[in-house]
Amino acid sequence: MKKFIPIAVFVLLVGLLGFGLTNDPKKVPSPLINKAAPTFSSSTLFEQQSFSSEQMRGKVWLLNVFASWCPSCRQEHHNINQFVMNNKTPVIGLNYKDEISDAEQFLEQFGNPYQLVALDPQGQVGMDYGVYATPETFLIDKKGMIRYKKIGPLSEQDLTQEIPKLIAQLEAESAK
Amino acid sequence: MNKYLVTFILFLCLFIGVAQAKIELHQFENNQQQQLYKKLSEQLRCLVCQNQNLADSNAELAKDMRKKTYQMVVENQSEQQILDYWVERYGDFVLYNPPFKAQTLILWLGPFVFLLLAIFIAYRLVKASKQKEQSAEELQVDEQAHAAARDLLEK
Repeated sequence: MKKFIPIAVFVLLVGLLGFGLTNDPKKVPSPLINKAAPTFSSSTLFEQQSFSSEQMRGKVWLLNVFASWCPSCRQEHHNINQFVMNNKTPVIGLNYKDEISDAEQFLEQFGNPYQLVALDPQGQVGMDYGVYATPETFLIDKKGMIRYKKIGPLSEQDLTQEIPKLIAQLEAESAK
Repeated sequence: MNKYLVTFILFLCLFIGVAQAKIELHQFENNQQQQLYKKLSEQLRCLVCQNQNLADSNAELAKDMRKKTYQMVVENQSEQQILDYWVERYGDFVLYNPPFKAQTLILWLGPFVFLLLAIFIAYRLVKASKQKEQSAEELQVDEQAHAAARDLLEK
């Protein structure tokens, strides 16, 4: 019996270290999951109209926080373009701490998958959503609750499997 | 001589400009606000460079967070209100001093558990070594008794 104590301690330690190593400390769990998405209103890119997140009530939608200065946003951009070709779910862009001309050029060059792009030049909306590393993407349900958050670039797999699956679930829920 | 002095002073002025450019100047209404701001910027974590607090970090987000914290301090919000504002958005992780709750139980109690464990093991070790000494003594006593008994028998 006594022989097994060091082995047990060793296994426990390996387990703990393994858990620590496979956890990415950069991925901070969001306290906003299953909470109401902060409402915001802002001007939009291109059309320069006003947009309020209240307009999206009753719809399942994606909010994608991006900026032209962010290299990993470029990386995921193609995947989002593909996603909107195959899905009806509206994707709203939130242009985070960017210059309008840069953002417009970015979308002209790489394609514009967004139904519209809300502007957040000061990063205040981003702060309300707990954004700390672009790109970040939120999936918001019909009641305006955040149901999923992705920190970092969306992979092809995220956008062809995980997110469509979640969307199908959320679409089945009632808006009340 | 005078010319050199003037040049030297002008030269020094250059550095004053540089030094000021690096420091964010905040105006507070009173000392309390200043202390609170200082305290908060040391307690809050910069989410981008995770091992730095807001006061130490030069990341863009830390700057924004400092600015927002400053605004809230000047608006006379309480320390708790401001901390809540950040926790609501970024979670407990934003606090350098995490709250005591179910999820952080191991973090807070772990060291004490290990301390108790260490005390227990030390106690066991000391007890075991004492027992060993004692039994060794007993053995000696026995040998002496044996010798005495043998002596008695032989006589």
